[in-house]
Amino acid sequence: MKKKITLFAGMLALATSIYLMAADHNEAQAIMGTGSDIADLYAFQSPANSNYMVLGATVQGLLSPAATANASFDENVMIEFNIDNNGDAVEDLVIQCIFENGQVSMYGPYAPATTGLNSTIDKTATLTQADITSYGANATIGRNGNISLFAGPRDDPFFFDFNQFGAILGGSATSFNNPGDDSFKGTNVLAVVLELPKSMLGSGESINTWVETKRKQ
Amino acid sequence: MLFVATIALGFTSCDDDDSTTPEVPAVYAQEDQMGRPAINTVFVTGMENKNTFNVTIPSQMAAGFAAAFESRLLGLNAGYTTNALGMDAATFSGALVTDVLTANLNGTTTFFDGTNVLTGRTLADDVISVELLLIFGGPDGTANPGLSDDHVDANDKPFLSSFPYMATPW
Repeated sequence: MKKKITLFAGMLALATSIYLMAADHNEAQAIMGTGSDIADLYAFQSPANSNYMVLGATVQGLLSPAATANASFDENVMIEFNIDNNGDAVEDLVIQCIFENGQVSMYGPYAPATTGLNSTIDKTATLTQADITSYGANATIGRNGNISLFAGPRDDPFFFDFNQFGAILGGSATSFNNPGDDSFKGTNVLAVVLELPKSMLGSGESINTWVETKRKQ
Repeated sequence: MLFVATIALGFTSCDDDDSTTPEVPAVYAQEDQMGRPAINTVFVTGMENKNTFNVTIPSQMAAGFAAAFESRLLGLNAGYTTNALGMDAATFSGALVTDVLTANLNGTTTFFDGTNVLTGRTLADDVISVELLLIFGGPDGTANPGLSDDHVDANDKPFLSSFPYMATPW
């Protein structure tokens, strides 16, 4: 009996692993396949100007090229970049992106009135807008002063032999292959990328950042 | 959830076409959260827990999930002692559980470049192999060689040298 239970647990782990589309792609049932499913977060010094930082978030991972033309940002979902610049893992600044009528509107960075799971938008915050780039079109970049903004479909920058990892977790393989096989090759995501002066994010050595998707109630 | 319901109720009572009533700002409620790659995916087990992790604010993640992260780490690698950063199981899982991405404002930003560790994340960083090495590679990175690298080392399209940096879609 115990052997049976162990076997069942192993099968359950395998079944679960099929849904574990990493980095954050499709990782939880409540948001799987919805406009709020985050794929990845990137934060790096601008390759073009070392005084600038680039923040990028991707959502709706694993889009096939055929599905990408019809994919769109959910107009009821905000993509919120959170910035903690004093090391307590609580956001001191937010950058909020919403999508309406073919445009992305980015508010901030600004200090939110309240922190946590529920957000409102301070419409008096710095507003940067850009037309959402269509599939197959050249990237449209919105600018406001020193802030640059892009939203639209991109190749998923993430790479991982996720299928083999799933096989290892499920017990049907014991190691990765060399070379491995990128489970994300040939797939797209919807991306928001922004670039802004580091001085708008903090004055210390570093920041902590994370991205949240929040649905309009 | 109760809080959201109260706000929603508040909306209803304001939505009565009274032009003198100031507009109540819309409330956006959290559904997904992410800092570092693959944290929820790998370290949180069970769909219910994954959903809960996504609506836990970072400052409360350690309290809610540190013990589960440590047992998951030891479940993935029963022989875990320390990793290449010199972190024992409790220290490493404690560092991971607060799911935020640290980004350096004064220099190199990389997940790992051989010298700098967790100072940001560029598009080209092989973040999965870094995490696999820290989970399976042992104190000097040589343990479990079949598990410490997925041997997918780069993206399937070159990145752009100028904004928005991410490659055009397929």
